[in-house]
Amino acid sequence: MLITYHDSTSREVEIIDQEVPYPDGKLIVSRTTPSGVITHANQAFIDMSGYSLHELIGMNHSILRHPDMPAKAFKDLWDTIQSGRKWHGYVKNLRKDGAYYWVKATVIPNIRNGELMGYTSVRRKPSRSKVDSCTELYATMHPGRQI
Amino acid sequence: MSAYTLSVSPDFSPEHLSGWFIFNTWLQRQLETSLHLELYDDFDSQRRDIQLDKIDLIYANPFDAAMLVREKGFKAVVRPSNTSDETIIAVPKASLFKSIDDLTEGTIIATTHDPDVHMMGMIMIEPADLDSSNVVIVPAHSYVIVAKRLLNGQADIGFFLKEAFLDLSDLIRSQMRVLVESQIGVIHHTLLAGPGIQHLIPTISERLLAMQNEPKGRAVLDSMQISGWIRMNQEDTEFMIDLIDTLID
Ligand SMILES: Cc1cc2nc3c(=O)[nH]c(=O)nc-3n(C[C@H](O)[C@H](O)[C@H](O)COP(=O)(O)O)c2cc1C
Repeated sequence: MLITYHDSTSREVEIIDQEVPYPDGKLIVSRTTPSGVITHANQAFIDMSGYSLHELIGMNHSILRHPDMPAKAFKDLWDTIQSGRKWHGYVKNLRKDGAYYWVKATVIPNIRNGELMGYTSVRRKPSRSKVDSCTELYATMHPGRQI
Repeated sequence: MSAYTLSVSPDFSPEHLSGWFIFNTWLQRQLETSLHLELYDDFDSQRRDIQLDKIDLIYANPFDAAMLVREKGFKAVVRPSNTSDETIIAVPKASLFKSIDDLTEGTIIATTHDPDVHMMGMIMIEPADLDSSNVVIVPAHSYVIVAKRLLNGQADIGFFLKEAFLDLSDLIRSQMRVLVESQIGVIHHTLLAGPGIQHLIPTISERLLAMQNEPKGRAVLDSMQISGWIRMNQEDTEFMIDLIDTLID
C-alpha cells in the first residue's frame, strides 16, 4: 500500500491487519528537533515499533504513520505544538513489520530560556473503549488510504 | 557560620530515614558548615516550608523537583545511581482482579499523598477506563497504611512506590499480589540545591560523586540504601520535568 504524506511524498508499505498489544506499565518516549527529526528514543519505542535505534535517529515520526490515521489529526498536532501548547491524542502507529499498535500520545514543546529546543512525546496504554471510538471516528475522516 | 537546611521527600520508610541523619552529619563535615536535617510527616507541611524558602538542599521526589526547579530556582546536583522511581499497584492475594482490565467503576483505591506515585497509579488504571471521576480514593499517610487498608478489605487496590513496597515486612507483602508495575526508568528522586546554597554545588557534587570510593562514604551510602550518585546536569533535569509535564493532564 502507498502512504502519502502532507508534503505529497509517498512510500510503499506492507500493512498487516494485526494489533500488537501495548504493554502495561510502560511509557514510550522520544524527543525531536523543532522540525520533528528524532534525536532520542527509549527501549519501549524500539520494542514496540520494531525499528532499531539506529533506524529511528534522524528520521521523522512519520516513519510510524499508519494509513488509517487521518491527516487532520497530525495537522492538529503540529498546529497545537507549534503554538507552544501540549497536544493529546490517540494514534494508531505502523510497525516496521506492518502490524500496528495504538497509543495515547502526549507531545509537548521543550522550552529552554524561552527558546524552543524541540519536542518530547510520551505514549501510554490507551483504553479499549477509546481505541474503538477513535477507530470509528478516524474511518469517517478520509484516512490516507482513500486519498 | 551560616546554617543550611537539608530535607527529604516524606515518602520514605523510617529505616531509610535513619540513613539520612548519618548522611547529614557526613555532609556537614565535608562542607565544614552547619547543616540541619528537617523532616516532615507529610507533603503539605514540607511544601509550605519550601514556599517560605526554609529549605536549601532537598532530596525531592520527581514531581516536587519539577516545581522546585521551574518555580523556586533550585538546581539538580545528583541522583542515586541504582534506583528509578517505579510504581506498583497491588491487590490482596485473594482478590478476583487478575489484571488492570478486570478493574471496574467504583474501584476503591488506597493511595498516599506521594504525588508521582499517585499520578503513575492513575495512569496505569486508565486502560480500564478509570479516572478520578469513577473511582473511590482512600488517602493514607504512609505505604504501611496503604497495605493495611488492602489487608483489612477497606480498599480493592493500593498504589505503592516500588521501593516502599519492597521495604514492607515479608509477612505483609506475602498477603498481597502485584497487579502491575511501571517500567519507566527515567523518573527518579534528585538532590536539589536552592538559590541560597548554589555556590556550594561544585563542592557538594565533588564530594558526593567521590563518596562511593572511600570506606566512610560507602558506609553512609549503605545506610541510605543508595549505591552511589550520578551527576545531573541541567538538561537531564529539564528532560525529566518535560516528561512529567506530559503526564499531567
Ligand atoms: C514529538 C513528536 C512525536 C510524534 N509522534 C508520532 C507518532 O507516534 N506517530 C505518527 O504517525 N506521527 C507522529 N508525529 C507526527 C509526524 O511528525 C507526522 O506529522 C505524521 O506522521 C504525519 O506525517 P506527515 O505530516 O508527513 O503527513 C509526531 C510528531 C512529533 C513532533
